[in-house]
Amino acid sequence: MNDKAGVDEAGAMADLTRLTAAETAVAIASGEASAVEVAKAHLDRIAAVDEKVHAFLHIDTEGALRAAEAVDAKRAQGEKLGPLAGVPLALKDIFTTEGVPTTVGSKILEGWIPPYDATLTKRLKQADVVILGKTNMDEFAMGSSTENSAYGPTGNPWDLTRIPGGSGGGSAAALASFQAPLAIGTDTGGSIRQPAAVTGTVGVKPTYGGVSRYGMVAFSSSLDQGGPCARTVLDAALLHEVIAGHDPMDSTSIDAPVPPVVEAAREGRKGDVRGMRIGVVKEFAGEGYQAGVMQRFTESVELLRELGAEIVEVSCPAFDYALAAYYLIAPSECSSNLARFDGLRYGLRVGDDGTKSAEDVTSLTREAGFGPEVKRRIMLGTYALSSGYYDAYYGSAQKVRTLITRDFQRAFGDVDVLISPTTPTTAFPIGERADDPMAMYLADLCTIPANLAGNAAMSLPCGLAPEDGLPVGLQIIAPAMADDRLYRVGAAVEAGFVERWGHPLLEEAPAL
Amino acid sequence: MPGITREEVAHLGRLSRLELKDEELDHFAGQLDEIIGAVARVSEVAGEDVPPTSHPLPLTNVMRPDVVQPSLTPQQALSGAPAQEQRRFKVPQILGEE
Repeated sequence: MNDKAGVDEAGAMADLTRLTAAETAVAIASGEASAVEVAKAHLDRIAAVDEKVHAFLHIDTEGALRAAEAVDAKRAQGEKLGPLAGVPLALKDIFTTEGVPTTVGSKILEGWIPPYDATLTKRLKQADVVILGKTNMDEFAMGSSTENSAYGPTGNPWDLTRIPGGSGGGSAAALASFQAPLAIGTDTGGSIRQPAAVTGTVGVKPTYGGVSRYGMVAFSSSLDQGGPCARTVLDAALLHEVIAGHDPMDSTSIDAPVPPVVEAAREGRKGDVRGMRIGVVKEFAGEGYQAGVMQRFTESVELLRELGAEIVEVSCPAFDYALAAYYLIAPSECSSNLARFDGLRYGLRVGDDGTKSAEDVTSLTREAGFGPEVKRRIMLGTYALSSGYYDAYYGSAQKVRTLITRDFQRAFGDVDVLISPTTPTTAFPIGERADDPMAMYLADLCTIPANLAGNAAMSLPCGLAPEDGLPVGLQIIAPAMADDRLYRVGAAVEAGFVERWGHPLLEEAPAL
Repeated sequence: MPGITREEVAHLGRLSRLELKDEELDHFAGQLDEIIGAVARVSEVAGEDVPPTSHPLPLTNVMRPDVVQPSLTPQQALSGAPAQEQRRFKVPQILGEE
């Protein structure tokens, strides 16, 4: 893997959809391919395969071509292009896009055209990234399989009968099926990392507050974090740098320089992690963990040791309670956040026949507009916050959050990063857990602690599970504002595995 | 911990402004009961002396200078309204009739 553009030995352009984002940007900047050619190649790919995958909810052909033409015009005028200029991207349908539908995977926002861009959308446009369309997701980002989308499920490109993870299954599937080299996700309890793990792609949840939430439809405001998705660690870093940074429109946005993630990814690709102390989280193993997942994880640990890292075992006992705390805190915040969907100012309105009160119309609208998982979580949150139960449920969950934060602080006093499997199992079949919420929630077992404490975390491919041939993800967790460590370690692991395999993991995905 | 009954689900539905259907009440009662039973273990672990954490960042109120900024036009603000009249959101009756 290097930055040279995808020109094969005969001098002809290789399939433009197979290039990394870094290679694509070089090809465009050097004139080997125009941004319009790159955009068209991806729109053609979408037309050819997305009927099977269903990664996209909306394809913005016109907008994408217009953005690509603008990049080509800039280049023709000799303007300096940014590091991702002309590179296509799949945007999770949770970020507002002016003039382009934004549904959050819900019927309650069907047909809504936002009158403004999210800060993240604006930054992508300013960087001349070409937005191809909006990707499928679990309704309001609540889910781990994308089956909770009101617009039908997305297939995992490795096996279309299996889930692509969730909530950001559309973004991950778009990457894994070469419909886009870059995508955006949001991660409240693992919605970037778990889809990355089960599709053999890379996903990063930045430090909480690292990427603006303005214009990102809120689910659980103290946990939600947008972040980059890509097929390589370096591509994720390049995208991270474009979308991160302080935003006055988000009061929880961190006013500090963005960690040097691109530099760290380039450094890490040299494969040198000597002197780094890496902690293996003891609690993330045992019952419920698939044998092939643990096998690939153990190989990752060995690889890191070979690359010069010092491996130590770390215990974080409060992590055993993270899932329970999360399924009280996230629903509590969502029950409040989703109160804004009242059928009065935007979105769906049901039952307004002139005889009903506003309250009745709101209740009828929400009943018709929300799917079962959203209803469950709103009611769960309403329950956890109600007087008489508040202390036992929400109050206790907040205390667990403190204990988890302390576990991390203690661990990071001793090690530079923590590692674990990203998910206990590989992708499960569509339908298997669809009406069993507790079984579904277990998919986020290893990813949730980083959300509760606000740390930065990444998932990257570490091989295929021998028993089912499906991708396994390695999770790396870094302290808040040390996102660069993820990229240094992640890029080293990636380079080590690609050398061992002889090619990137996605080369092994079946043709669609 | 109390089991979640059909009546409790109906009550939660009303508080949550969800006009739940009859068949949903039983279905959700079983599921919510299972979830609440599983998450109740949060009360086992933390003692009285552990302070709660509501947010990963030490939050402070963020102010900006009181200067007019560009904002949505009335047309833009109303662009998604299910109903409008005279450049205002038109909503169903909010107060009861006297």
